[in-house]
Amino acid sequence: MVRENFEDQLNELKQRVFKMSEMAKTSLTKATYALEHQDSEQAQDVINQDEKINSIEDNINDDAIWLIAQQQPVAKDLRRLVMTLKATNDIERIGDLAVNISKSVIRIGKAELPEEKQQVLHTASVVKQMIDLVIDAYMSESIESAYEISRIDDQVDREYGESVEKLLKHMTEHPDEINPITQLAFISRYLERAADHVTNIAEGIIYLVKGKHVDLNT
Amino acid sequence: MSTATLKKERIEQTPQTEQNIVFNSKSLNLWYGETHALKDINLAIPEKEITAIIGPSGCGKSTYLKTLNRMVDLVPSVKTSGDIEYRNRNILNKDFKVEELRTRVGMVFQKPNPFPKSIYENVAYGPKIHGIRSKKLLDEIVEKSLKDAYIWDEVKDRLKENAYGLSGGQQQRLCIARTLAIEPDVILMDEPTSALDPISTLKVEELVQKLKQDYSIVIVTHNMQQAARISDKTAFFLNGEVVEFNETETLFSNPTDQRTEDYITGRFG
Repeated sequence: MVRENFEDQLNELKQRVFKMSEMAKTSLTKATYALEHQDSEQAQDVINQDEKINSIEDNINDDAIWLIAQQQPVAKDLRRLVMTLKATNDIERIGDLAVNISKSVIRIGKAELPEEKQQVLHTASVVKQMIDLVIDAYMSESIESAYEISRIDDQVDREYGESVEKLLKHMTEHPDEINPITQLAFISRYLERAADHVTNIAEGIIYLVKGKHVDLNT
Repeated sequence: MSTATLKKERIEQTPQTEQNIVFNSKSLNLWYGETHALKDINLAIPEKEITAIIGPSGCGKSTYLKTLNRMVDLVPSVKTSGDIEYRNRNILNKDFKVEELRTRVGMVFQKPNPFPKSIYENVAYGPKIHGIRSKKLLDEIVEKSLKDAYIWDEVKDRLKENAYGLSGGQQQRLCIARTLAIEPDVILMDEPTSALDPISTLKVEELVQKLKQDYSIVIVTHNMQQAARISDKTAFFLNGEVVEFNETETLFSNPTDQRTEDYITGRFG
């Protein structure tokens, strides 16, 4: 087979993107655990890990850019590399959002949170499910999973809207809890943003496979 | 230029077509003896655009190019069927005058092939055999052609020197100037940069892109990046067939045929 070396390099890059997404998923899982147990130590751990995700993004992007210069890819090869550059950016942002959640968890500290916390935790579990799906879709280049992700994203958007509404209501009733509730509302927002980034990656998968741009984030 | 008179006459001579197609091949087949080299080619070459032809060696792309000015007639055992309409006239008709065709359809080859004459004579040769005798007019044609081929500044002080003294890249641009001197309608280019260094290649590529304002260009190239850089449409030939003919951007970013994808991404060929 001609270009076996290039093929190997593309596969290797794909494996690294896979590892990077696993790391971002771990960060989000830990941040959610930190929220559930209001565990600042675990939250701090997520913040400390972020630098690693950032540096993996830089390495993958450097190599993808070099492959573009070196191999002058066209068609699906080119789309794969462009998609890689965009996807690593989204994964890195998911890592950042896990950091934001962790910072909020630290700010909340041991303050008592209202029952809406359970809904936010539920949203977090849905976002994790989306990440699992997008990793599978990326590895298998499955368009069906990519469209499934956009449907789940709609659910996340709805849950976010409901959480914020309830939290605002709670805030007016309990003005003394404004600080922790604001942080919880932020966390809800961060999760919704993370789901949008997952959806962006799903769009990238559709672009990779079909060569067409779709907007699933509507 | 004062050769505008020449140009004007020629334009008036050129029959107008409705869809601005210069060459329209219809069910074109070609055999070299028993070898079926072109199979049922249907291809419309648009006016004032650059059409690139790509494909692996032996796929028929040069053969196709040479049928467009009937240079393929020079091969003794060649047989054709189907039509090639040039401006709505079938050039494969026995009564079609090949000399007339070749004044309308210029050709640039893989290796620069200047005549062993001066730079000036190389360019003036075509107009001279077409009957232009006026020294003043010839001077103007030579200057205009060399300017249009973006080589004037490099040769204006040495027009009487032998063309063999030029570099390969300059010789190729001189050959393009020689083609322009007879003001063709279409320019066929058979791998015009494959013998040139990268800088000369880029110069010729830029030149080709400028020429499309006035000429229709068909270029056979092995260099896929070149096809992607300079052409408007690209045809992918394989085993004597046209697998895909599409806008260049589409063909290189999202081809419809898997064989095109495999070829342009270097999976075979």
